[in-house]
Amino acid sequence: MEEVIDLSKLDKDFKYQVVREPGGEGLLSCFACGTCAASCPVREIDDRFNPRRLIRMAILGMKDRVLQDEFIYLCSGCYLCQERCPQDVGITELMTALRNIAVREGYLHPSFKAQLEFVYEFGRLYELTEFENKKRKKNGLPELNAVIDEVKTLLKEAGLSKFVEVKE
Amino acid sequence: MKYALFLGCTIPVRGQNYEISARRVAKELGIEFEDIKEFSCCGFPIKSIDKEAQLLISARNLAIAEERGLDIITLCNACTITLQEAKMELDGDEELKRKINEKLKKIGKEYKGTVKVRHFARFLYEDYTVDKIKEKVKKPLSNIKAAAHYGCHFIRPTEVYRDFDDPEHPESLDKLIEATGAKSPDYPDKQRCCGGGILGIKEEDALLMTKEKLDDIKEVGADCMISICPFCSIMYDGNQKKIEKTYETEYKIPVLYYPQLLGLALGISAEELGFKQNRVKAKKFLEKVEGNGS
Repeated sequence: MEEVIDLSKLDKDFKYQVVREPGGEGLLSCFACGTCAASCPVREIDDRFNPRRLIRMAILGMKDRVLQDEFIYLCSGCYLCQERCPQDVGITELMTALRNIAVREGYLHPSFKAQLEFVYEFGRLYELTEFENKKRKKNGLPELNAVIDEVKTLLKEAGLSKFVEVKE
Repeated sequence: MKYALFLGCTIPVRGQNYEISARRVAKELGIEFEDIKEFSCCGFPIKSIDKEAQLLISARNLAIAEERGLDIITLCNACTITLQEAKMELDGDEELKRKINEKLKKIGKEYKGTVKVRHFARFLYEDYTVDKIKEKVKKPLSNIKAAAHYGCHFIRPTEVYRDFDDPEHPESLDKLIEATGAKSPDYPDKQRCCGGGILGIKEEDALLMTKEKLDDIKEVGADCMISICPFCSIMYDGNQKKIEKTYETEYKIPVLYYPQLLGLALGISAEELGFKQNRVKAKKFLEKVEGNGS
């Protein structure tokens, strides 16, 4: 990242948008100590993901970069940074907040979209086919409902049906 | 005491050996499970998309257990954190609870906050107790070295698990392993995440995270690895061969679910504990266990 950051082109209000989002409340407490980056098992193997840098970018107002790059999706959710953060930034929850904002701004990661479609259609992350139920029975396990419809009702209620390519 | 068994998404399809062994061990220990067909996904995958929608799905599951007056026992770490966190958030915020209940009305449900959620391993540790497990052990696995893998969401974040194990230096699963007579060795970076959370985002990064722990466990000379989460097992068991091939290395480390290990110590046969479905074959491991018995 050698480019010059032009502050006038950044969204100065982005940090407040994040703070208002559930999970994002602690953003402005970060004093950039780097404990999160040092604790992160993902950064250890892929330094494109760096929680400290991401937090700095969010505070500076680099909204498009924060929401459109792959960074926020590379958090594996292990909570080690959150446990160790001396400022209680709540970094893992902050990643959730950023992902939620990205969705509302129109970007849903294809991996999450695929998961949503399954949960929407079946009420579960995997389809429980007749084959699966037969296998379960053979293993002495009770059969399960293939579809739990109420989940679809709730996801519709939450306004998520617009992201789903439905086979009604 | 009877509990509602919450299976989640992954176990019924991709972790039947976990389910088989957990049910069998529970039966042996006199713990009664009730199956509730209306349970759905816990809500975990929805959290990254829309936090409130996740809460709706979580609250629905909790409300279903409440209707039956049963506390929930989970097997998956992600289900545990999701349901326990949802309960914590809803119980601590009347306005949020009202908002969620407003939407639950559409399906004729109401969240009240009357049931508890516990991971099966935590239940065994805290409620059933290690001492009582030791009393039930018929076949101590004293020649076995079993490396504990807690999985992140069993002990973190502190906000959700404040009254439980240490988030960085936990001991519950080690103690549960030791209760079977086996040794639970220390190894570097015991708290390392399996990488499962980013498998769908960047597979090569995820598998590298998995690999690092397999390297550490191989180094310490463990006979097996112990998991209490279906997704961690997908990473270490399901993907072990792929990692061996990609990185031209060899592990052959059986990845057991804790109830499988406990079951063996209780004198239950490997067949009844679903070992057939373990991807990394445990034949040699089971021979070692048998050698110990005779």
